[in-house]
Amino acid sequence: MTEENLALEIRHVTKRFPGVLANDDVSFTLRKGEIHALLGENGAGKTTLMNVVYGLYTQDEGEFLIDNNVVEINGPSDAINYGIGMVHQHFMLVPVFSVTENMILGSEVTKGTSLDLRRARREILEISEAHGLEVDPDAIVENIPVGVQQRVEILKALYRKANILVLDEPTAVLTPQEAEDLFRVMRALTEKGVSIIFITHKLKEVLNVADRITVMRRGKVVGHTSPHETDQKGLAAMMVGREVLLEVKKAPAKPGDVVLEVANLTIEGERGLEVVKDISFEVRAGEILGIAGVQGNGQTELVEAITGLRSIDAGEIVLMGKKVPFENPRYLVENGMGHVPEDRHKHGLVLPYNLADNFVLCTYYQKPFAGQMLMRNHQAVFENAVGLIKRFDVRAPGADVPASTLSGGNQQKVIVGREFSRPLKVLVANQPTRGLDVGSIEYIHKEIVKMRDEGVGVVVISAEIDEILSLADRIAIMYRGKIVTTVDAKDATREQLGLWMAGVQPEAA
Amino acid sequence: MNDQSKNNEENARSFSSWLGALWRAVAVPLAAVLLAILIGAILLAISGANPFRAYAALIEGSFGSMKAFGRTLAKATPLIFSGLSVAFAFKAGLFNIGAQGQLLFGALASAVAGFMLKGLPPFLHVTVAVLAGAIAGALFGAIPGVLKAYTGASEVITTIMLNYVAINITDYIADGPLKDSAGGNIVARTPEILDSARIPSIGEIPVGFFLAIIVSIIVWFTLWRTTTGFEIRTVGLSPHAAKYAGMRVAFTVILTMIISGFLAGMGGSIESLGIVGRYQPGFNTGLGFDGITIALLGKTHPFGIIPAAILIGAMKAGASTMQFNAGVAKEITDVIQALMLFFVTADLIIRKLLRTREEDGEKIILSGWGQQ
Ligand SMILES: Nc1ncnc2c1ncn2[C@@H]1O[C@H](COP(=O)(O)OP(=O)(O)OP(=O)(O)O)[C@@H](O)[C@H]1O
Ligand SMILES: [Mg+2]
Repeated sequence: MTEENLALEIRHVTKRFPGVLANDDVSFTLRKGEIHALLGENGAGKTTLMNVVYGLYTQDEGEFLIDNNVVEINGPSDAINYGIGMVHQHFMLVPVFSVTENMILGSEVTKGTSLDLRRARREILEISEAHGLEVDPDAIVENIPVGVQQRVEILKALYRKANILVLDEPTAVLTPQEAEDLFRVMRALTEKGVSIIFITHKLKEVLNVADRITVMRRGKVVGHTSPHETDQKGLAAMMVGREVLLEVKKAPAKPGDVVLEVANLTIEGERGLEVVKDISFEVRAGEILGIAGVQGNGQTELVEAITGLRSIDAGEIVLMGKKVPFENPRYLVENGMGHVPEDRHKHGLVLPYNLADNFVLCTYYQKPFAGQMLMRNHQAVFENAVGLIKRFDVRAPGADVPASTLSGGNQQKVIVGREFSRPLKVLVANQPTRGLDVGSIEYIHKEIVKMRDEGVGVVVISAEIDEILSLADRIAIMYRGKIVTTVDAKDATREQLGLWMAGVQPEAA
Repeated sequence: MNDQSKNNEENARSFSSWLGALWRAVAVPLAAVLLAILIGAILLAISGANPFRAYAALIEGSFGSMKAFGRTLAKATPLIFSGLSVAFAFKAGLFNIGAQGQLLFGALASAVAGFMLKGLPPFLHVTVAVLAGAIAGALFGAIPGVLKAYTGASEVITTIMLNYVAINITDYIADGPLKDSAGGNIVARTPEILDSARIPSIGEIPVGFFLAIIVSIIVWFTLWRTTTGFEIRTVGLSPHAAKYAGMRVAFTVILTMIISGFLAGMGGSIESLGIVGRYQPGFNTGLGFDGITIALLGKTHPFGIIPAAILIGAMKAGASTMQFNAGVAKEITDVIQALMLFFVTADLIIRKLLRTREEDGEKIILSGWGQQ
């Protein structure tokens, strides 16, 4: 083994959390200059393993070798010294700082006692040119798109001379174009000798860029493979341990009455520009309307308006024949609208709350969760949670653990469980499967179709063409705040949708 | 049998994890207190005093006799209220620096009700007078709440400014329209309250202290057992999620400030009716501000606030004895109190010293891209 050219070797690492065995005797090798994909179900322990490597957690057992030498990693600063760089599953940038300031944070270049920003800026430009990672060093981080912010994170690692790069679900929020750019950068980096651990749930990407693949399940490594030995189906089966349907099975829709009507909706954004322009559509009971579009074309604002989180500037929304009062989520909860929000940490969950409280976030005041005199009924709240954890297969040690300790996919299941278990007439699901593993996607898609078949009118908003294609009965394409066209899902093709999403005008038909 | 032992094991585990949680909650405040006392001792030694004698005198003056203990509890009582006031607002994510102003209005209103309402039976008179003070505090607390809810004005700024408003208005009233004229008095103070409005003591223990305990329990119950408390805590932890959940965020902010002001006002009220016997500026100085120290020392939990208030109350009660017996300036207790506040907020220093790592889970919250 040692004759191999290994950048990093993880030997028999075990990491326990209260009630959870997150990593169970995990061994893993990373060769110099390779892209090694780490796959696994939600909660399999991928992020935990990487956090251990990066020194954020201390392993209970096991050891690490870097360049074939055993090393002690007691904190991120040790990891950085050994040349490990990590781009986390969520941003670790200071939004109000410039790119340069963010980059040098923690490893400041000084001249005497003052920061030598100019030198830092020059160095950053050099690195970014060398690797083809374009950024404006003076831009303020909160003003730049997600894809560029991520580039900053990668540059930050490179600036600290990382030659082992960990990318934890880097493509979850990227547009397809941004993802392509990222892959190009990744390949260029490996040519310069950087080794990359790449975590993702998108099997296509894995087959596209990885040199080798390691799959984890329930804390253990369950297999190794490589792109030319397998395909999507094979990978999915390896991850989940059974056959996974990558396509949704559904009967033709039987649309009923109109349940939700949006008429001439116009919304002004923060800078006074119209982000949603005169949008109208209707949703019928028993159908799924898919709204497709590249991130940032007004979908977020549209959904926030429909679900009562945002005020509108013109137009109206009609739910079950009644005009909806604006910015009143409580009205919507009580009149049968369910909402799976795009941002599960901002809106969907109260992270420090336990699962039981999160499951009743919208209905905490209703019977049986509250009784006389505003008293909460903890027993009912817990029974509800235990039932939903079982029904929606949430992987958690119990109903009383904080939502923050769950893996991303399981957090999403908590939200889905909460919303789907209410009596619904309309369901609005925004990016419902972002960050989820194939098994969970299959499950959530099945549940959405089941809702449809029970007569709920469903709106699914997604940036993934495949998700829209497999779920929707009708597809509306959003571009620059407008619905450019609406087509029957039967007549839609991937290529055509892609063009429309990119702004190509549909032929006048 | 297997089931039985498994159950026992479960229980043992949950008990030990409960103990662990308790330890993590109290470790930092406890260490902060000890560290402050230690540094206090060093300061005393440097200034030429005998720290052991000084502390012995401090303890004697606060716990050495029933009388001393009663004094400690009397000092602690308004502090429990102001601590609860600050902590309650904190739960909704609000930093109420204005407990002082709310407390002043409470103290004044109760004193006024105490001397103006005549012919009421004692129990009723006390009840009415206490309510008058609490409501005065609540109304004054509502102002920053409304400003925050409708204009977004930071409650930190508005409450600081409103403290000055409160100080000046109450001073004016006590020195002007409602000034005590008995016996050629020239001091700014209101007339003495009637006996029927006095909050008595049982032995040496002031009844107000029991009231403070009861109110602490009610506050705990409200926060953790009622839907209103759930709304308040949700707004505090995540206003966005609260809105998503259909909670009325603006209303909750106002309500929280009203209750917070109510609690502070009650503290002032007990001080006027139980200790001072009238409203006299100066007697209430700093009680509201101490509430901030106590809330933080008590980890903003009602049951942490009670011991924190007793501790600070003891330092206040014993300070004179210390000065008298050990010849130490009693201001040293203020220094120690300030050190406690410093260390409890400088959480990290303490954790380094104690070498207690934060729970792994506290350190980073796992999430997906763009899901924060
Ligand atoms: N700080 C923590 N405290 C307690 N449990 C935790 C903590 N962090 C992770 N876990 C648990 O460890 C397990 C592994 O989580 P981890 O985040 O590593 O999964 P993952 O493979 O990255 O999943 P995902 O694809 O959803 O991001 C999960 O069951 C999770 O609930
Ligand atoms: Mg993860």
